[in-house]
Amino acid sequence: MSEPTPHSMSETTSTTDDDETQRSTAADPADPAASADPTPVPGETGGKFGRYGGQYVPEALMPAIEELTDAYQRYVLENEDGFMDEFRRRLREFGGRPTPLQHAERLSERYDRDVYLKREDLLHGGAHKLNNALGQVLLAKYMGKDRVIAETGAGQHGTATAMAAAHLDMPCEVYMGERDINRQRPNVFRMTLNGATVTPVTAGRGTLKEAISETMRDWAGSVEDTHYVIGSVVGPHPFPAMVRDFQSVVSEEARRQAIETIGELPTDVVACAGGGSNTMGSFAAFLDDETVSLHAVEAGGADLSIDEEAGVAPNSASLYAGEEGVLHGARTKLLQDAHGQIVESHSVSAGLDYAGVGPELAHLVDEGRVIPVAVDDDHALEAFHLLSRTEGIIPALESAHAIAYLEAGTDTEAGTDSEAAGDDGGEPDAAADDSLGETVVVTVSGRGDKDLESVIEETAARDIDGAPDMSAFTEGI
Amino acid sequence: MSNRAVSDRSGNSEAIAQAFADGPAYIPYLAVGDPDYESSLEYVEALERGGADLIELGLPFSEPIAEGPTIQGAVVRALEGGMTPDRFFEFVEDLDVDVPLVCMTYYNLIYQWGETEGPRPFVERAAEAGLEGFVVPDLPAEEADPLREACDEFGLDLVFIVAPTTEGDRLDRIMDRVSGYVYVQARLGTTGAQDDVSDQTAASLDRLREYDVPKAVGFGISAGDHAERIVAGGADGIIVGSALVDIVAEGVESNRSTAAVADRLEAISRELVAGAERGSRARSTGDPS
Repeated sequence: MSEPTPHSMSETTSTTDDDETQRSTAADPADPAASADPTPVPGETGGKFGRYGGQYVPEALMPAIEELTDAYQRYVLENEDGFMDEFRRRLREFGGRPTPLQHAERLSERYDRDVYLKREDLLHGGAHKLNNALGQVLLAKYMGKDRVIAETGAGQHGTATAMAAAHLDMPCEVYMGERDINRQRPNVFRMTLNGATVTPVTAGRGTLKEAISETMRDWAGSVEDTHYVIGSVVGPHPFPAMVRDFQSVVSEEARRQAIETIGELPTDVVACAGGGSNTMGSFAAFLDDETVSLHAVEAGGADLSIDEEAGVAPNSASLYAGEEGVLHGARTKLLQDAHGQIVESHSVSAGLDYAGVGPELAHLVDEGRVIPVAVDDDHALEAFHLLSRTEGIIPALESAHAIAYLEAGTDTEAGTDSEAAGDDGGEPDAAADDSLGETVVVTVSGRGDKDLESVIEETAARDIDGAPDMSAFTEGI
Repeated sequence: MSNRAVSDRSGNSEAIAQAFADGPAYIPYLAVGDPDYESSLEYVEALERGGADLIELGLPFSEPIAEGPTIQGAVVRALEGGMTPDRFFEFVEDLDVDVPLVCMTYYNLIYQWGETEGPRPFVERAAEAGLEGFVVPDLPAEEADPLREACDEFGLDLVFIVAPTTEGDRLDRIMDRVSGYVYVQARLGTTGAQDDVSDQTAASLDRLREYDVPKAVGFGISAGDHAERIVAGGADGIIVGSALVDIVAEGVESNRSTAAVADRLEAISRELVAGAERGSRARSTGDPS
């Protein structure tokens, strides 16, 4: 680790090992990264990111959370018993890390800027999720637990946990919303093949938030021998910080690879945001690089409004459209009605379909460090086809949202200069025209094989420019 | 009744203190609005006729992470029936009961209510409606100070849950902030009626013996003999939720009349009260069996 890491940089902002960081002359005294360190404040639970985070959980879970906080401190932060060394070794040998940072030639031409893809779709399992799942299942082993449980939305975290659990010889039960089971069949088979039990959750609309609630209930009764492998940077402390730390390998690599291949830091990093583990993983190592604009692309779904009467938000844009509240153990930004009831979110992508978001991201958005943007279902599908056709990469629908932002973030119609600085102070802007700079790193968080059925269906229902004729495929559905 | 500002943590509400004054307290729980507003009014009134000393009224939240399937079902029915925080307060005002009422809900609903940020507007409205306290399962003691202050300002109590795993510093932090009564969780897991009540209760009551606040035991009490054993084991009260919600749910499924369901709620309440009284007599005669 000879490269500057975010940790070494945060200690002394004036110390620079490369020219790029010297561009951060306008060092912000209220550096958001500095307050992102989850140190408990007296009289409060630990894990605050500004006003967000905390440990809002039933008392029965508190001892488990305290035990986990202690384990996180010792094994993850202090590398006790060589935990992090083993984690990194297994990520290499089992996971296939590092993943490449690839120059996307057609996209670069199309958008008249250098577009680089961080290829998390090439990680074992086909998504960034393994980084976190492997870390947590390994941690469960170090903690002496006999069983892991997990929730899953798109099935990506469930499959990653099932793989990691099989790899580390740990019994695994995955809670999955019934609706998600129906739209993600291949992932259900994969989990089963890896020896995991998949338990359907029928409460509510049967998606990720119900699965999280159900997994928390299991944990409340099984804390003594069970670790809950949460799938994103959500939930009570220490989960948001710990999952970020396991996922930050994505941006640590991307930052190093950018310096190696481009010769400098990128102007922008773009990542999709549901719960936010891919987002925080893609951003973490860049937080101290003030010249790098960070764009969190949320699912704009069909519409950015909330239908309070029906208790439904036809989107999953918690950062962009949500309000502060408390859900699943943390204070964060939520999609809720005026009474504080959590509404049902929507996205064409099951993995982004969540009414909350990681508390650290909520804080970084408030601080102006992360720019929240929303991409709707239609544009995500267009980007899915664009990347598939022009770059030979079939992305997950989640990742397609990030790709679509290249289009939204490039003001092609007005033809204005596309090289303006990206940082607009964090003002949410669904169509942030020309907000992107010269070199853009986009994280392809996962591959799209799991989404093919949905894509055939959704494409057939739309008129998408350049998409192949789906009629031959829809007949069998 | 809501104007007193009392800082004494042994209890702000005289009505709650009174509920524990004459023998073991029977504390039933129902989700308000399950399955509809009018039936729910009758069910709560039936609980008082059955001998309730204090009633916990659940204000349904869309993500009840501490509840098992029984109460989740009640929450879904109540929300589908149109229950909201405003309707909940109206419900409390419409109720014709004389026993103290405690609101059990999740923190987001308390936090979001009203024009200004924080829990104070909700507590002020609750006091105005005639509620005497709160139980908030997802609010840990460490985050509870704003709600604690608002409760003190308006003379309400704040009840905390103590789990079988709660001990040491955590127990002290909770007992520093609790008032009215402490909710002793009889076993790990979420709420739900169980055939047996675990030994964990006895251990929990032991740990709490030195604290001078009434101890009410909940989670899994569904019959008179459970109540008897729990009270004989040292509990000052029994909290019963899922066993009652089961009766409401069964009434919905079997399409029973509101009056029939109310009668059953009253009957099981009498059985539980009788069990608690047997337990109390056993304790006073030193015979815990």
